[in-house]
Amino acid sequence: MTARDCREYLAENRLPTIWCPGCGNGLVLKAIAGAFADLGLDRRKTAAVSGIGCWGWADDYLAVNAFHGTHGRALAFATGIKLANPELTVVVLMGDGDGATIGGNHLIHAARRNVDLTAVVVNNYNYGMTGGQYSGTTPRGSITSTSPLGHVEDSFDLCALTAAAGAPFVARGSVCGGENLRVLIRRGLEHRGFSFVEAASVCPTHFSRRNGLRTPAEAFSWLRDHSVPRERAAGMTEEELRGKQVLGVFADHQSEDYGTRYRKAAAALRREEEPS
Amino acid sequence: MTGLAQVFTSGNEAIAEGAVAAGASFYAGYPITPSSEIAETAARRLPETGGMYVQMEDELSSMAAIVGASVSGARAFTATSGPGFSLMQENLGMAVMGEIPCVVVNVQRSGPSTGMATKPAQGDVMQARWGTHGDHGIITLAPSSVQDCYDFTIRAFSLADRFRTPVILLADAAVAKLKENVRFRSPTPEERAPRPLPNCPPEAYRPFAVDPEEKVITPLPPFGSDYIFRVTGSMHDETGGQGASPANADRVIRHLAGKIEKNRDAIVRVRRFFLDDADLAVIAFGCSARSARAAVREARRQGIPAGLLELTTLWPFPDDDVRDVLSRVRGAVVPELNLGQAAGEVRRLNDFGIPVRGISRVDGTLIPPGDILSALREARS
Ligand SMILES: Cc1ncc(C[n+]2csc(CCOP(=O)(O)OP(=O)(O)O)c2C)c(N)n1
Ligand code: SF4
Ligand SMILES: [Mg+2]
Repeated sequence: MTARDCREYLAENRLPTIWCPGCGNGLVLKAIAGAFADLGLDRRKTAAVSGIGCWGWADDYLAVNAFHGTHGRALAFATGIKLANPELTVVVLMGDGDGATIGGNHLIHAARRNVDLTAVVVNNYNYGMTGGQYSGTTPRGSITSTSPLGHVEDSFDLCALTAAAGAPFVARGSVCGGENLRVLIRRGLEHRGFSFVEAASVCPTHFSRRNGLRTPAEAFSWLRDHSVPRERAAGMTEEELRGKQVLGVFADHQSEDYGTRYRKAAAALRREEEPS
Repeated sequence: MTGLAQVFTSGNEAIAEGAVAAGASFYAGYPITPSSEIAETAARRLPETGGMYVQMEDELSSMAAIVGASVSGARAFTATSGPGFSLMQENLGMAVMGEIPCVVVNVQRSGPSTGMATKPAQGDVMQARWGTHGDHGIITLAPSSVQDCYDFTIRAFSLADRFRTPVILLADAAVAKLKENVRFRSPTPEERAPRPLPNCPPEAYRPFAVDPEEKVITPLPPFGSDYIFRVTGSMHDETGGQGASPANADRVIRHLAGKIEKNRDAIVRVRRFFLDDADLAVIAFGCSARSARAAVREARRQGIPAGLLELTTLWPFPDDDVRDVLSRVRGAVVPELNLGQAAGEVRRLNDFGIPVRGISRVDGTLIPPGDILSALREARS
């Protein structure tokens, strides 16, 4: 595979996107197209599977096969797509509501089942599309359209969750991190088995604005200032890390994926059954 | 186990064997009584034939996984019962809207909710038709024997591919658990035919192009071919891009209903017993059609000119056949294990003012032929 131009992977006839000015989604889209280009993926053998949400529209802008499914179930559709055609590179595009709240059960089971998929969850800490309600990743104390008192629940750390569930590759990047996100997505795509990449992002229209960050620029600055690389975080106390995003790679090990294990077992069975 | 082998087996196993014979290569499901033998048989048989079984975390994901596998080109199926069928409805709608072929087996049990897991029922007739939200067409087949379980499963895959639609095999606990002799015939080449590929160049392919006559259904190539395309559960234009204009939305919804409605001839099948000279008709499906057959035979023995119209296709409802029968008889009896779901459809077609009486049973037991016979006798007097 040779590197290509990332524009080859963007459906330029469908641009500009429908996203609000200052939304983090465009940067994640660019990182994905960049990662595809780095790997020189064959567009015919690549599929983007999305859920429902603002980020769920991302597949519309990618010039690869696309499956725009139902809210929360993208990983389950992707499981069938990949298992039935192992030649495909399958990237699964989900929001924090989509992929980690309504779809939380599929997320942990996908991590455990280890189908060869790359999930890219854009975490903007709320349900952007439906007007900024709280999700499973909304930080405690945040104001959203359904937590006017300040959110009283604790939030998921999605990387800790998927790593604990067994995902062999888990990483968190940020839309403030320049090329880093593209590199993490590329590593996820290259990694055989279930890869989980969280993109810490911003929703200036709903989440940031309700929490005292009046402009997209303020939202981005806030995210940058509250991000800590994993290496630095190792030396920080729990108190110092409260409200911060730790960026980096949280799991990176080899584990044979479902499709490979299943096909090997089935081939062995068929050999046994052959008359000798 | 193909060819002409005669096997003594259950409806559930026959369904799984029918799927394997039809070339199904992907099963995703979540176990539930009384359908679990289908999953178990699929788990055993699919790896023997190069296919794959995956047990998902619930029925939402099972339904989603078969839809995904189908987009990758596999003949894909799942099996469930009431509670699981309820969970599948949203992604069944995805298959409808995305026009993605797949086969969903619902072995009906007594409901609502957990109900009585092991008891037969026929209470999901309307759920099969309207369980997922929004207007659409759907195909539903109802087997009444173990042989039907095998044959109709093969037919379900073939109809699904031909019309790019989910097909529901609406079995029931009685037929699925029943053991009978069944012939595992080889499917015809037509029944096993691979999905057609588009014959246009890749740039010209429109996955949601519609023939207004609904004679030609646009082919769905698998992901990974030269055709790069987008499938979606959102309202879409011919390319699969967003298409929420009123004119486009109207066109799409009418197509989803029209491609089934306008192809009734190819889809709707019924069986007729003793109807030619019948004065009274029983109209039935599934396990109740078995009781009905026995009742009609006994009625004939007693000199009552009764016949049976067995609905082996439930959706689209066999309007023409039912109307034809109603026009010839003096009365009709509709026995079913629900409170009158099919009887309501029959009454909708009763332009002839004849008495249509339902026999409803919802206690988890089958309708004894004697009950149908009594109804026939009453209808006569
Ligand atoms: C079953 C179902 N429930 C609710 C919705 C409404 N809904 C659409 S998107 C969404 C939340 C999206 O949030 P997220 O996944 O975080 O994506 P974002 O818009 O923030 O990118 C909700 C609740 C739906 N489409 N389907
Ligand atoms: S609502 Fe938020 S997530 Fe959605 S496009 Fe606007 S800024 Fe982005
Ligand atoms: Mg979100």
